Amino acid sequence: MQIQLKLFATLRALTPDNADSYPIAPGTTVGDIVAHLEIPVKEAKLIFINGIRKPLDTPLVDGDRLGIFPPVGGG
Amino acid sequence: MATPPLTDDIRARTVKRQRPDGSHYQSLSLADALDLARRTGGHIRALEIEALKLKVLPERYARNTQTLSLTDQQTLAESCAGIVGAGGLGGTVAEVLARIGVGRLRLIDGDCFEEHNLNRQRFAHTGNLGQSKARSGKMQIDLINPAVEVVDLAVYLDASNADELIGDADVVIDCLDQLDARLVLQQACRHRKVPLVSAAVAGTSGQLTVIFPQDAGLESLIGDIEADETRGVETRLGNLPFAVSTLASLEAAEAVKILLGQDGLLRNRLLIFDLAEPYFEIIDLA
Repeated sequence: MQIQLKLFATLRALTPDNADSYPIAPGTTVGDIVAHLEIPVKEAKLIFINGIRKPLDTPLVDGDRLGIFPPVGGG
Repeated sequence: MATPPLTDDIRARTVKRQRPDGSHYQSLSLADALDLARRTGGHIRALEIEALKLKVLPERYARNTQTLSLTDQQTLAESCAGIVGAGGLGGTVAEVLARIGVGRLRLIDGDCFEEHNLNRQRFAHTGNLGQSKARSGKMQIDLINPAVEVVDLAVYLDASNADELIGDADVVIDCLDQLDARLVLQQACRHRKVPLVSAAVAGTSGQLTVIFPQDAGLESLIGDIEADETRGVETRLGNLPFAVSTLASLEAAEAVKILLGQDGLLRNRLLIFDLAEPYFEIIDLA
């Protein structure tokens, strides 16, 4: 199984080389990936899968597009 | 019934002009509008509203038509927008709303310009460092479009004054830079039953949503805030000017659509972008 992974703002620097076809094991959740990439949980403020906001414990399936945004507040 | 003298005066100054597509419209110049307003003792905004009722277009709005109708232009002239924050986002939001013809602006910001604002804040220049952002904004909008009545409120919005500062705004645009203040503003907008356009920027990326009083709102986006977390990752990334002005224009577009009662708003949706790629996506928040 593979997903497409997209990290924004400060998290961009943590983007793995294979983000466009990122391999995952069956049952992997967003939280597992956040932990694996060493993203502080507080920084995974906005999580969206296939264009829909989802919680951290959402399991991923083959072909999902996962995006993670840290908190932003500038004006 | 006798025709009011003002109507005759406006008609006497009206000129038929042609658009680039060959169509025609009735035009009133800025000089004539200012002169008539001065002679009648009224504000140029009121004069231009009377002209629009007569299907006469103030020439400055010629390129707003025909995407905007004369009725749309009148609706905007009769509307009030509250702009909370007159820095990066707020400066450009205020400029765009003034140029398109929103008749009244409440420009709210207790801050003064500093040198590090010069990279992105529309109203900051080398001659007004140390001066009020709200007052400087009003002075510059007066030069851009004197038919816009700007109320400059050089105070910081908090829970004690938010309702009063928003006043009679028909739409409020969140141009703040603190997460907790955004929640205070949202509460005030709910209380006053006013739609809110909210946006935040960091580095080359931004987020934008529209919140009506009955909508779920920012809590789920911002989450529980601890005392040391009133700002986001912009403290590390800064704010680049093209991201700020892009986001401000998107906010202004949503505000105008709200004022005109148009569909296609970003309610329960979040537009995100990162101009480094560039990448745009609209996320369903429902």
